[in-house]
Order: sequence, then C-alpha cells, then structure tokens
Amino acid sequence: MANRTIRVDYLARVEGEGALDLRIQNGRVTSARLKIFEPPRLFEALLRGRGFAEAPDITARICGICPVAYQMSAVHAMEDALGITVGGQLRALRRLLYCGEWIESHALHIVMLHAPDFLGYPDGIQMARDHGSAVRGGLALKKVGNELLRLLGGREIHPVNVRVGGFYRVPSRAAFGPVAEALKQARDLAVATLRWVAQFPFPELERDYEFVAMRHPDEYPIDEGRIVSSRGLDIAVADYPSEFEERHVAHSTALHSVLKQRGSYLVGPLARYSLNADRLPAELRALAAECGLGPTCRNPFRSIIVRAVELVYVVEEALRLIAAYEPPDAPFVPVEPRAGIGHGCTEAPRGILYHRYVLAEDGTIREACIVPPTSQNQLSIEEDLCAVATDAIDLPDNALRDRCEQAIRNYDPCISCACHFLRLAVHRE
Amino acid sequence: MTGLLVIGIGNLDCGDDAAGPLVARRLAGRVPPGVTIQVRTGDMIGLIEDWTGCDGVVLVDAAAPVGGPGVIHHLDLLRDELPPGLSFASTHVFGVADAVGLARALGQLPRHLIAYAIEGATFEPGAPVSPAVAEAVEAVATRVAADMHRLATGLAGLPLAR
Repeated sequence: MANRTIRVDYLARVEGEGALDLRIQNGRVTSARLKIFEPPRLFEALLRGRGFAEAPDITARICGICPVAYQMSAVHAMEDALGITVGGQLRALRRLLYCGEWIESHALHIVMLHAPDFLGYPDGIQMARDHGSAVRGGLALKKVGNELLRLLGGREIHPVNVRVGGFYRVPSRAAFGPVAEALKQARDLAVATLRWVAQFPFPELERDYEFVAMRHPDEYPIDEGRIVSSRGLDIAVADYPSEFEERHVAHSTALHSVLKQRGSYLVGPLARYSLNADRLPAELRALAAECGLGPTCRNPFRSIIVRAVELVYVVEEALRLIAAYEPPDAPFVPVEPRAGIGHGCTEAPRGILYHRYVLAEDGTIREACIVPPTSQNQLSIEEDLCAVATDAIDLPDNALRDRCEQAIRNYDPCISCACHFLRLAVHRE
Repeated sequence: MTGLLVIGIGNLDCGDDAAGPLVARRLAGRVPPGVTIQVRTGDMIGLIEDWTGCDGVVLVDAAAPVGGPGVIHHLDLLRDELPPGLSFASTHVFGVADAVGLARALGQLPRHLIAYAIEGATFEPGAPVSPAVAEAVEAVATRVAADMHRLATGLAGLPLAR
C-alpha cells in the first residue's frame, strides 16, 4: 500500500473543473484538499456601480442550473434594503418558480449524475440501457421543471421575468392548465424515483455535521425563514455576517465559508431535511420512513434519498400553489430607490445562498457579497473525503478513487457557482 | 413526412458559438410550412424532449476547430461516428453526443437525425462571429432549407453531400 499515487484527470458528472489531492501516509489519510483553480468570476465586483434593478438578471448568470436561486436571494436582499415586502400571490409565484428549479435540478442529479454511482455504471447513458424506465421518468420530471421555469420565468435557463418587487408579468390561471396536468403525472414519477433510489446499496458512514438550513414557521424552507443549525444557531438572515465568514485558502480560487465559532458546516438536502423534516406533510414523512429515512440523516451517501423526498415535496407543493393561484392585481410592488443595506437568503437546491448589498441613494450598488452553497460546503467535502478514504483505505486504488468521486457527487457540487471542478489525485506514501 | 425540426444550438453572445442560432435565424421563411425552427442553448439533454414526436431533425452547432474556421461537417448521427478530434462546443455536463447516446439507449431517436457542424475559431463571450464562420452560416442555411424541402415532399432520406 505504500508509495502509491492514484490520479483521476477529470471527474465526470459534476459541473465545472477543479482538482482534489488526497494524501495518505503510512496507511492514514493526512489531508484532502479541494483545489479549485478556475479563475475568479468577479461577479461581486461586476455588480458594483450597477443599478439595484439589474441584480436579479446579472446574478442569474452565475449559474445555468440554479439561476432562480440567485434571482430569489438577490430580490430578497434588494427588497430588504429598499424596505418593501412581497407577499400574497406574488410570493406564491416566486415559490412556484423555485419549485420548478428544484424539480429540474434534483431530477437531473438523482437520475443522470448520482444514480450511476450506486448501480455501478460509468454514466447515465450506460445506465439507461438497463434502467430505461427510471431514466425516462427523470427526464420527464426535468421537463416539468423546465416548463414551470418557461411559464413563470420566460425561459428555462436564466429566466428573465423576475424583478425587484415581483415579476414583469404574471400568468393567467388558465395558463397553468397543461403544466398542472404534467405535475400530476410527475408526482407518481417522483414517488417511483424515491422508491427506486431507496433500494440502492449505501456505504456505511455517519458524519457529525453541523447542519445549517433555513427554517420557516409553517413551511418546508425554500424561499423564506430564519437561519438555524443543529448546534443551536437561530438567527435572522441579516445576522449572517456576524456568524459566518469567508476565508481565502491558498489551494482554491473559491472562498471557504466557515462558522466563525465552530468552523465547517453542511448546507443542502441533508441539512434541510434534518432540520425541517417536521415541516413536510405527514404523508410524505411516512413515505420517507418507509424508504428508510428517520427524522435526521447523517450519511452523505443517502443524500440521494433525501433529494428524492424533496423532489416529491416540490412537485406536490407546486400543485398546491397552482390550485390556490389567483392572479394578483399588479405583477409587482412599486419600488423606489434609497440608500440601504439588504440581506437575502434562500434555499438553492444545493443549500443556502446568501446575498448582501449596500445601495446608494439612487439605488446604485456600492457593495455586493454572494456566498453560494458549494463554497459553504467545501470544508465538509474535504472532511467527508478524509472520512470516506479512511474507511475505504484498504480498497484497491480504482475502487478507492471511485468511492471518493461518489462522495464528492453526494454534494451535487456546482462549481460553476463556487468556481469550477474537478481532478482527483490520491498520493500514498 | 411529418414532424420536421431544425435546432440551432449555441449562444449568440459567444463568438462563433452563435453559428447554430444564426442558421436558425436565416431559415425564417425558407422552409416549408410546418417545419419547426428553434434555438437551444445550455444543457443538451433537453434535445430529447425537443425532438420527441419528430421524424426528421437537423441540428446545427459550432464545433471546436480541427481543419479551420468555417469548415462544414455534415453528419448522419444515426450512422456516422464523429470525425476524430471534432467535438461540438459545449461547456455543460451534457453535450450533443451525450443526448444522442442517451436517446439511442432509450429508443427515442428520430427516424432521421442530421447534424451540420461548423468549425469555429473563437468562443469568447462578446466576441464577434469570425468572417469564415459567417460565410459558412449562409451556406449551411441553404443546405438545411433544401433538406427540409426534400423531407417535406417525401423524398426518402437526406442528402449526404459533404
């Protein structure tokens, strides 16, 4: 086992590029470093000097997979700075748009990017030959999510219909007819997907994460709530900077976000579910239990089951929101520029996404700060890698490499947001 | 033949990656009634849903340079392998080849699936389309329009001129 090096030049089924160095000395994992080497994308600097109303469209360009998350956190932060509240059906439409993004993002990751790991296929295309029904279901689910984005956002990637205060235009009730019918079928597909992934073989691993997610008094968190953790954190969104900070590390062009008092933490489906399982409908909680999930889940490999539970939830939530929809009197709340500081945080499919803006009197952006979920999870990914490699240290090199890649894909990392991803090298000494 | 579709693939704001959408734009008014023309950017996995229910599909995309900017490749994607070194320009997880492979595995390929790949020189955001590619765009638009007329009038198969 001594003096071995395992190298993967390019890790598939993640968005973007980067590298990971795993060092093993005398049979012990000594470090796992996520090396993100994409050039910084400088969006925060790009936003300075632009008008407040431009933020949702500019920040949507950060990610082709979760543009709605960027738009939602941006508009919430701007509305906080400008002293307006968006409620009623406008808020419901925002949540519905967000449901569309969760559906397409979760369906794609579960079926095409993550499932092949558990079933022993090199990719989703090879897997489709033997699991055609599951793949067709995943694609159909993704299509429904796309339809919601097209209907509410104007197009499925980088939607253009979101503005500070609401939307540029809102749909009629009748416009939801076809997508509502598709969602009814999608609900069955999502349940089938959940039952399918629940049968996968899962490596045994329990991690002592500090979960961080949003929490709402009544709802499973997507677009509103306080920020809470499994170790007692319970803060308003505006207090995010006092509890969290971003640190530069030499081996990554993406900043690492940490809790100032305690270091690494986990955001995303495991955290969201473990802190909010009681906010899911009772029927879905029962289904989750039937699929082997307790009220918390600390095995990162089982995140695929949690995503599938969330997939069922957002399909049902979308149907609920459509059934209750009445077109609002106006598509947006009027907005007047003023000087201010605003904070926004929403639950992107991969975890909380925080925005902060400082505005001048005329609404010009003076400062911008954006903390994407993958940046927040980088330390946890490195710690998972240490734990996974330690447990699997006696595996042959190829199997160890595969297990490490699978552990990274547990996070559905979006390096387009944090920068990009991933080459993997294992050094044994 | 029913269900004819042309998909221009690419980003209008990224230099020669605009080739596909520009061909789609040039086809307006030059194809028979009932032929659908659309543009797709980003993730190509959606191609499968785009062509569901279509018998004849033509894709037009930019390709990484092999021979030189503006070189046109004509491929029967149900039969041909991609020429060595030629790849469709994509920054996303799933590209055109992945979508075709997945559709093949799922039995969801159209009866005719043709691609025109136009080799590009630069794909930088904000860059203009290079002159050789702009010239190739018109040539490909003419060929795709002819393909669509032949298919719409029921002539078997698509031309294989290269």
